[in-house]
Amino acid sequence: MTKGQAISLQKNDGGSLTAVRMGLGWQAAPRRGLFGSRTREIDLDASAVLFADKQPVDVVFFRHLVSDDGSVRHTGDNLVGGVGQGGDDEAILVDLARIPVHIDQIVFTVNSFTGQTFQEVQNAFCRLVDESNGQELARYTLAGGGAYTAQIMAKVHRTGPGWTMTALGTPANGRTFQDLMPAILPHL
Amino acid sequence: MTAELVRGQNHPLSQARIEIRVSAGKPIVAGATLSDEHGKVQGVEWVAHPGTPTLPGLEVSRQAAADHRLAVDLGAMPEAVHRVSVLLALPSAAGGPVQFGAVAAPFVAVTGLDGTEIASYTITGLKAESAVVALELYRRQGAWKVRAVGQGYAGGLAELLADQGLPQAHQLAGGINEAVAQGMARSVQAPRTPDGDRSRQAAAPAFGPDQTGSPYGAQGAAEPRPGYPTGSVDPSAVAQPSGSGAGGPIDYSHPRRRNAAPPPPPPTAPAAQPGQPARPVAGDATGWSMEERLYNQVWGIFEDLARTTAAYRSAVDFADSRMEKELDQVLSDPRSRIGGQGDAAREAARAKHTQLVDRARTALDRDLAQLTAEVEVVEPALPLAFARWDNPVWHGYRVPMEIPMALRLGDLRLPECPELRIPMLVRLPLERGLWIDSGRAGSLDGGYNDSHDLRQLAMETAVAHAARLLAVYPAGEFTVHAIDPAGSGAQALAPLVQTGVLAAPPAIGAAGVSEVLVRLTQRVDLVQMAVRGGAADSLPPGLDTSEQLLIVNDFPHGFDDRAVTQLRYLADEGPAVGVHLMMVADREEAAAYGPLLDPLWRSLMRLTPVPDDHLADPWVGHAWTYEPCLVPHGSQVLQQVLTQVAMARTKLR
Repeated sequence: MTKGQAISLQKNDGGSLTAVRMGLGWQAAPRRGLFGSRTREIDLDASAVLFADKQPVDVVFFRHLVSDDGSVRHTGDNLVGGVGQGGDDEAILVDLARIPVHIDQIVFTVNSFTGQTFQEVQNAFCRLVDESNGQELARYTLAGGGAYTAQIMAKVHRTGPGWTMTALGTPANGRTFQDLMPAILPHL
Repeated sequence: MTAELVRGQNHPLSQARIEIRVSAGKPIVAGATLSDEHGKVQGVEWVAHPGTPTLPGLEVSRQAAADHRLAVDLGAMPEAVHRVSVLLALPSAAGGPVQFGAVAAPFVAVTGLDGTEIASYTITGLKAESAVVALELYRRQGAWKVRAVGQGYAGGLAELLADQGLPQAHQLAGGINEAVAQGMARSVQAPRTPDGDRSRQAAAPAFGPDQTGSPYGAQGAAEPRPGYPTGSVDPSAVAQPSGSGAGGPIDYSHPRRRNAAPPPPPPTAPAAQPGQPARPVAGDATGWSMEERLYNQVWGIFEDLARTTAAYRSAVDFADSRMEKELDQVLSDPRSRIGGQGDAAREAARAKHTQLVDRARTALDRDLAQLTAEVEVVEPALPLAFARWDNPVWHGYRVPMEIPMALRLGDLRLPECPELRIPMLVRLPLERGLWIDSGRAGSLDGGYNDSHDLRQLAMETAVAHAARLLAVYPAGEFTVHAIDPAGSGAQALAPLVQTGVLAAPPAIGAAGVSEVLVRLTQRVDLVQMAVRGGAADSLPPGLDTSEQLLIVNDFPHGFDDRAVTQLRYLADEGPAVGVHLMMVADREEAAAYGPLLDPLWRSLMRLTPVPDDHLADPWVGHAWTYEPCLVPHGSQVLQQVLTQVAMARTKLR
């Protein structure tokens, strides 16, 4: 899918989508030279910001792994990345049916905590998956995507009784989601 | 504040006595090596392993287990020791995984004696290694620090030990593996599971959904059949090598206990009717026994209620603040002062507010209905220790053979749904003492203005808790002492005194107070010395090894400075060796001691005799209203239960 494209998360058979997962994967930095202890580790972080009427009310990231209501869960911080073969190294699970009624938008972001730009990270990607059937709703290849340290990936927002996902894919710079707040606001 | 270490990172240690907790998904061996300032292990006597579990200042477990606790006293380390390396290895003979790449990343944490984590480290990135140096504790400029190491060895323990300069590395590695293999063979015979984890008890038969309605349904899980020496064995028996039992004619193992066998499948909910939520079933959670499943289910309900209420409260807060903002706007807009425009805008803001709150309430009600239905099936199925006093399971009381995993201290509820009560379960053995607050400040309603009444009620609550502890422990494994200096608690203590379950009549007067305190302090000292010195079998033969509870009424009446100091000592050091306090006191009355007693109150769990909202949940920190488990008025259940406890005790002697 392309930037700005919106997908309704209503299923074809009329049943609404119940759970989505944001996945983030990247390959660990290769060891250079003789001094094994001096490898530069790459730490990318996935975050989800919950908005009510354009005000951030909760955030799920590596320091707050479960939203207060329990509907959004981060599976845990990965500090170094994986083997880069397509598996998710960090994931955020969203139980759409249980999101508090006042929250109407959820924005997913990726940040490079250790400061490498996406140009320097091998095999980095982020994706949004329908948890009920494993189908990928959106996928971005981050690697080689330019000298940015962050991406505002996608938002999931309420439309009528169900939820709609809009792919954003906006590059940005910042260490954690807080640095991205000014860049997120125009997308709400 | 826990420091989460990454490989190579270090962290200062402020305490000399620490515990190192290890958890891995599979049974592993944990050990430690001591090395000098050159990093060299001088000999086999500098290695603590399952074959030689204790060294000065260091104790490791005797068996391979998925969870370990290593006790370390850095102050007791010989001067020559400059580094303590904590090592983990996969047991070679078990037929289990042969490389760490095949098991979950091991997690190690350095904790203080009170269980607070100082630093933790998850050893990631292991592949073909079968032994790994997890942490090292080392001297740096007179102080100790901890460093996350994570150095793995594909060649196993032998290679690891050789790398630390131990000449006899191969022989020792062989010896360790043999000791572990023996430990494993022994653990199958032992009446208790190898790591002493009481949560893995005899598997109870799974109950079908049709049986769960019966109030006696869970009894089989709570009370193993008498006649099998499961819970009442002396704990030291587990530690003895029981090689002779392996070939002997008598099988001491519990017929229903199979350590290696998978647990019976949990009762699953019948398939839901289309369009309706699944019908809840008692024990619908993970666990090795019905008891553990129910425990986990109760905690699951507790968390769900906390979270769903958080969702509701945040939605309502948001609706409130939005309406306030919109009303402010209307007020500050000059146009709104003319005509009906302002009224219409105000009306619209209120309507938006009502609509959002209604939607939030609908979502909450849906979740509450589900949780209420679940509590309704769980409550009657609860075993003795988890059940309210009015549960019929108490009328079929028999002295249990095993210590239950947890104890119900009362009920918790939130103002949004006062009728939905969550059992408040705390793990046994108790980790901290209890403080039954007889002060007036805490009560929700002003109904107990008479402080005498409140004090009486506090003492009755204390007796109900103590009786429950006595009842759920196997005969003779729990002992209750009472201090009642002025005799004001005599009426409340009567059930304990009349049935004769107290160790001695309640101590009266200053002399009685000091006598009891001296006795318990001595016991703490002795057991502590024995544990620290690794000489548990050298305790005097007459010493009572059961858990002890001291009920203190009317504190500080009858206490002199010396007695107060002893009490604080018991509060600090007692829980680790099974001596607990139950203070029935009003903090105001002890105010004369000033901040001296603050640590005492902090170390105890505060409970109230009347409903009070002072307990917070661990997830979102709501204030929950706690209500103690009290015996229904006019019920004889307490006397009946205590009479049986007393009978079982006399039989034991």
